[in-house]
Amino acid sequence: MIHPIPPGTRDVLPDEMREQRAITDGLHATFAAAGYGEVWTPTLEYEEVLGTSAGASGYRLFDDQGDVLALRSDMTLPIARLAATRYPDAEPPLRLCYFGHAYRAARRGSGQATEFLQAGVELLGVAGPEGEAEVISVLLEGLDAAGLARHRVGLGDSALYRELLANLEVPAEHHADLLARLAGKDLVGLEMRVSQLGLPDSAGRLLSRLPELRGGPEMLERAHEVAGPALDGLARLYATLEDKGVADRVILDLGLVRHMTYYTGAVYEVYDPAVGFTLGGGGRYDELVGRFGSPRAACGFALDVQRVHVARAAEEGLR
Amino acid sequence: MSAGLTVAVPRGALMGGTLDLLDTLGIDTAEVRSNDRKLLFEDAGIVTMRPSDVPTYVAQGAADIGITGKDVLLEQPDRVVYELLDLGFGRCDMVVAARRGDDAMDEALRRLGRVRVATKYPRIASAHFAETGRQVELVEVKGSVELAPLTGMVDGIVDLTATGTTLRENDLEVLEEITVCTARLIANPVAHKLKAEAMDELVARIRESQS
Repeated sequence: MIHPIPPGTRDVLPDEMREQRAITDGLHATFAAAGYGEVWTPTLEYEEVLGTSAGASGYRLFDDQGDVLALRSDMTLPIARLAATRYPDAEPPLRLCYFGHAYRAARRGSGQATEFLQAGVELLGVAGPEGEAEVISVLLEGLDAAGLARHRVGLGDSALYRELLANLEVPAEHHADLLARLAGKDLVGLEMRVSQLGLPDSAGRLLSRLPELRGGPEMLERAHEVAGPALDGLARLYATLEDKGVADRVILDLGLVRHMTYYTGAVYEVYDPAVGFTLGGGGRYDELVGRFGSPRAACGFALDVQRVHVARAAEEGLR
Repeated sequence: MSAGLTVAVPRGALMGGTLDLLDTLGIDTAEVRSNDRKLLFEDAGIVTMRPSDVPTYVAQGAADIGITGKDVLLEQPDRVVYELLDLGFGRCDMVVAARRGDDAMDEALRRLGRVRVATKYPRIASAHFAETGRQVELVEVKGSVELAPLTGMVDGIVDLTATGTTLRENDLEVLEEITVCTARLIANPVAHKLKAEAMDELVARIRESQS
């Protein structure tokens, strides 16, 4: 007799759970020590609150009133809602953390989890590089506490490419197509489309080769000369990270784009050389909380706990 | 390979061009060329597989980079990989074809409101018919697509053709060209960051050899 569970979901048995718990305990201790209070939000929310584009997982159902409910696809949207509705007048900053399952529909056979445990923090009411630098420091400390040793954080700016397009006076009708190719990591298509714009060589090269610009502060300095003030924000953030002594784990990546559309500034992703997938990521989303009626600057990150666990096991295999 | 990158090499039509390219980069492919059944060549840093599996291995990080056709990438848009370079070789056309001198497709569209099309490329085919405003019923087949219109199962096909010989031999003709497909160099997103130097050097050397 077969009693299947839906593809992309899983049962967790005691051996795995013990190791996973050690990871979440390590993360939780780090978040708590940094002053982040743990919150819990409902797994199901109204679809119109989450929004169909960024927030909904692809799983929805009707409740007994005929309203459409949706499973959350990440924790950032629910926490933006929580912050705006439960703390409308709170003195900033507000530091919140969470451990909760999120959901995303995936193609069968893709090996992708449809239900995954996220651990993360949101820092609300702190604008500028101080906010992002704090969050990235907590992220790196958390991964240390979770038992990883070789992790790296890729750091970019979600507004950078748009700003470069505006500065180089690329006609607005081309922006969406170029941004889609950048986000789709289609560098061949990007180069082809940029070459059709008839820009001066240096400008065309900057727009088509931006994703190749990744590395340390020397790369940023060289790029700064070409890209100009569009890189000021990233340079300030990197300097703040250097002051905090965590910059050695950070890889600057000027072409970095994240899947979620609510990011307005810095974005980051977590890598480990032992595995070929990202372990999590985050960024600045200054316009999201305002969508729920209480505008404020915000940034955060989320880690996929199972992926962190896989990376930790893989790191042990390499040692 | 020397720089510590693992390469996913496609077996089949793109294999020759791929191995020639790796030779020009100083990677020893002699063992791969002389061994038809072995799949993993650790010394050379090469794994071989069918072209449609290349994005899978690269997306999962089992290979850092890979070579595959644009047709494969168009058909698997949800695999997250960098498309770094158009390598130029392995040029093929993705086409709509039907029986010669037969207007079965137009006739089906006019009288029955849709065309029936057989293909191994359902995503490319459905996108093409959607873009051109025609309703389509796709029939997915695994083997020789040319057979499908000859038996009357479908009105036309969407398939990849290099020279058109197979189509001609089966009395089919090309009606529409959808896109040109060439071999592409793809990369795992994490390796693209963590092995940036090796990857950039490789891309620069290929660009140099192309120009």
